[in-house]
Amino acid sequence: MYSQAVLTALLGWPVVAAAGVLLVPERWAKHVALSASLVEFAISVPLWWTFQPAAGMQFVLDLPWIPAWGIRYTVGVDGISLFMVLLTTFLVPLSVLGSYAYITTRQRAFYALMLVLTSGMIGVFVSLDLFLFYVMWEVMLIPMYFIIGVWGGERRLYAAIKFFIYTFFGSLLMLVAILVLVLRVGQQTGLYSFSYAYLTAHLGGLGPAAFWLFGAFFLAFAIKVPMFPFHTWLPDAHVEAPTAGSVILAGVLLKMGTYGFLRFALPLFPAVALHPAIQAGIVTLALIGIVYGGLVAMVQPDFKKLIAYSSVAHLGFVMLGIWALTLQSVQGALLVMINHGISTGALFFLAGMLYERRHSRLIDAFGGIAKVVPLLAAALTIVSLSSIGLPATNGFVGEFLVLLGAFPTYPRAALVAATGVIVAAMYLLPALQRVIYNPLDKPENEQLRDLSPREIAVLVPLLACIVWIGVYPAPILRRMEPAAKNLVQSVRLDAATFTATR
Amino acid sequence: MNLDLTSTGDLARALLPELTLTAAGMLVLLVTAWRHTSGRDLRIAGWVTLTGLVAGGAAVWWLWWHTARAAGPPSMIAVDDFRFVTDALCLAAAGLTVLVSFDYLEREGLLVPEYYVLLLFATLGMMLMAGGEDLMVVFLGLELMSVSVYVLAGIDRRSGAAAEAALKYFLLGAFASGFLLYGIALVYGATATTNLTQIAAQVRSLSLVQSPMLLIGLGLVLVGFGFKVAAVPFHMWAPDVYDGSPTPVTGYMATAVKAAAFAALFRVLVEAFGGVTAWKPIVWWLAVATMVVGNFIALAQHTVKRMLAYSSVAHAGYLLVAVAAASWAASAALLAYLFAYTLVTLAAFALLAAQGREGERDVRIDDLAGLGQRRPWLALALAVCMLSLLGFPGTAGFIGKWYILVAATMAHENVLAAILVLTSVVSAGYYLPVIMAMYMKPQPFDQAHAGVRLGRPAAVVVAACVVGLLVLGVRPNPLLDLARSSAIVPPARAATPATGR
Repeated sequence: MYSQAVLTALLGWPVVAAAGVLLVPERWAKHVALSASLVEFAISVPLWWTFQPAAGMQFVLDLPWIPAWGIRYTVGVDGISLFMVLLTTFLVPLSVLGSYAYITTRQRAFYALMLVLTSGMIGVFVSLDLFLFYVMWEVMLIPMYFIIGVWGGERRLYAAIKFFIYTFFGSLLMLVAILVLVLRVGQQTGLYSFSYAYLTAHLGGLGPAAFWLFGAFFLAFAIKVPMFPFHTWLPDAHVEAPTAGSVILAGVLLKMGTYGFLRFALPLFPAVALHPAIQAGIVTLALIGIVYGGLVAMVQPDFKKLIAYSSVAHLGFVMLGIWALTLQSVQGALLVMINHGISTGALFFLAGMLYERRHSRLIDAFGGIAKVVPLLAAALTIVSLSSIGLPATNGFVGEFLVLLGAFPTYPRAALVAATGVIVAAMYLLPALQRVIYNPLDKPENEQLRDLSPREIAVLVPLLACIVWIGVYPAPILRRMEPAAKNLVQSVRLDAATFTATR
Repeated sequence: MNLDLTSTGDLARALLPELTLTAAGMLVLLVTAWRHTSGRDLRIAGWVTLTGLVAGGAAVWWLWWHTARAAGPPSMIAVDDFRFVTDALCLAAAGLTVLVSFDYLEREGLLVPEYYVLLLFATLGMMLMAGGEDLMVVFLGLELMSVSVYVLAGIDRRSGAAAEAALKYFLLGAFASGFLLYGIALVYGATATTNLTQIAAQVRSLSLVQSPMLLIGLGLVLVGFGFKVAAVPFHMWAPDVYDGSPTPVTGYMATAVKAAAFAALFRVLVEAFGGVTAWKPIVWWLAVATMVVGNFIALAQHTVKRMLAYSSVAHAGYLLVAVAAASWAASAALLAYLFAYTLVTLAAFALLAAQGREGERDVRIDDLAGLGQRRPWLALALAVCMLSLLGFPGTAGFIGKWYILVAATMAHENVLAAILVLTSVVSAGYYLPVIMAMYMKPQPFDQAHAGVRLGRPAAVVVAACVVGLLVLGVRPNPLLDLARSSAIVPPARAATPATGR
């Protein structure tokens, strides 16, 4: 019972709860939303124990939806999506709790949108039908658009529409590609189906069209990741979004892009994806992202913008890991995805907390606040170190695995990427120094409050994860290994057969 | 139920909806001749009209339920589900327009009960046009519709803009009719018939595919229809006319007129000229030009009404993609899209009509600022409409657009499909600012939206349309089944009917 209903419950519950949030009085909205998101988390937790690493897709539910077009409601998770689902349900309650003080206007609408957004994000990660996936991919745009546009900073309108149009542009081309793919496969096999399993089982014979189809998928996902040079929406959206929006954007939304590569772009078009020129081109873009993101982050006066560009760099690691396509590098990429969600999420929370105290995002507005707010300073230090990738924090494990896995196939790329870790230290450590160390030279900083119990409650789970994954990542790696191995092997095998038969 | 159209009784049965509507039109004409002074008379005329439309709808339903089909020699009237569904669409659009008009006409002081008569006759014209199996019937229907709508556009005699709209529409429309009629004459000259199926047969048997007279005739017919559906470069009248007409009339023009014209265009091209390939590249380019020009010019508009006018030009472009695909799936897509488009456009114009006394022409997008806080339900409805026009998943607009994409890719028109989605991205640039203004900008002054008033019948229309949009967006199965079962099978492929899809 649980195994069939859990994913649908995860999808449906937030929508129901969102309606509930809209009905209660304004001052109750946040509490209701928090309880609802905790219930959501509670529903998802047993996934961790009942998940069987070796069993492939599980918790599957498959129902007809629009039979006329071969569209079904199919959901399920494997070792790749499991962690994305858990990451989402983990971050949402924290985001809600972290918004308690930040969101003061139209609270009901805000929390209802957060919950709807949760449904959309879970939907993207569990859909095993390409139509369903596309619908979820688009639907989650609307709540985020409103969250940025209504509760964002000064340039929120610009950031919101830019975010929307970039994603919309990429995804509509993907829509056409999905259609063409389904029709091509349908014409060859006689069965028109949007089922992921069916399509991956009946590939081949796409011919030169595969190149264009891959291109459309690539564009959609690359914009979402975002890869250099499609990243320009990200700093705007991240900076203008309210804290919870930034956390969810960085923590979950960016992972949709990389998840899309792992789930769709690679398995559906293995021959194109593993074409040496294309592979080399994408690896190059990933490297540019790592180095360029780091260098640009270095010169940002705005703390949130710095974190935003550091995301570009971190996601570069993920892309490198995916495209090196060895077991270790893919596992590393998945781990970086999780880590980035936790560490960058925590960084955005801290940036938001600083902003709530001083109403400034500028690094220069602070300085020497370690003496005033020791707890906040300690948390910021730990999180920054994890984002840099210091051993014994989660950041180290993921990036190390990516480098280790990429080295056999792309030794030079691994070398360049390794410098990215150094660059990360070069932008985060000075920023850390300027915010919490240095002399306390601004009188307005002398009266800052330290973390409140609510803020501690937001940060402690994140810090616990940082240490836990840094020290003992084995439970996570064990659960993702069969899926990652299966992906690497099948893609490499398919690529070889398709290339040979062409 | 097979109807032998050579027998009078069966012909009357086949024409039952049209006859019902004619009778209703005459009746309302009589009623208004007696009583045409007060608001009460106006309401009476409205309700009688509505009853007539419902009766017409019942007649359509009766024919559809008994799966009426024509038997015997080729006739002047098509008896198929495609016609019934188009009829139902036009009747529904007219009925909803009547409901929206109740409040509007009284508010604007348009105490002209003849408004409803014209609406009835325009709808009758549309039904003839969409059901015409003969170019002459199509032309007669088109004229009946056009003349009625010319008057409707200028029904507000005190408004200069309305007078300009009516005159412009009339002059250009008359030109277009001339083109169409001349085209029909040339086609007749080449094939010696005006019956659609016989034209196709003549083209085959006399091998007229290259005949210059036929091709010129076909080109002129395309020009005539291009005017009616507002395809670029024949769209020049559309923005001014849509802008100047009373808003419910604009909604009616943008939906019913367009639906009927597209249905007729599709039928004529597929049934009569299915064997002639020359029109396909022309329609292809018309579609591209209409999508690109419509969307980009809409981007530059500041007033909501003009923006919606250009957006309706853009939507004509999407529909032309279905015409260019010209397959069984394309005709189903056309119906599904028209259905979704009718719902959303009527609701959007009804909401616009609520914006203010005599002033909705000048409502700028920025004037909607803060509507989300002031009138949350109204703003929500308008937001859903914008998303549906954009073709966003979860709304019926997406289902329609998706179906057109399916039809286009099935016909191997991948480039056309790509242009469709890319221009849709452009359209986000003018639909989203409406949502943005309503929710993300503060209201300019305290009583900014105090004058917004949506009468009860209009509110019912809007609510029904919006709920319909959302429900069909999530569960489109009934709409799809209806569209699929009512599709026209192109004669060329009739021998090998399309498989399951």
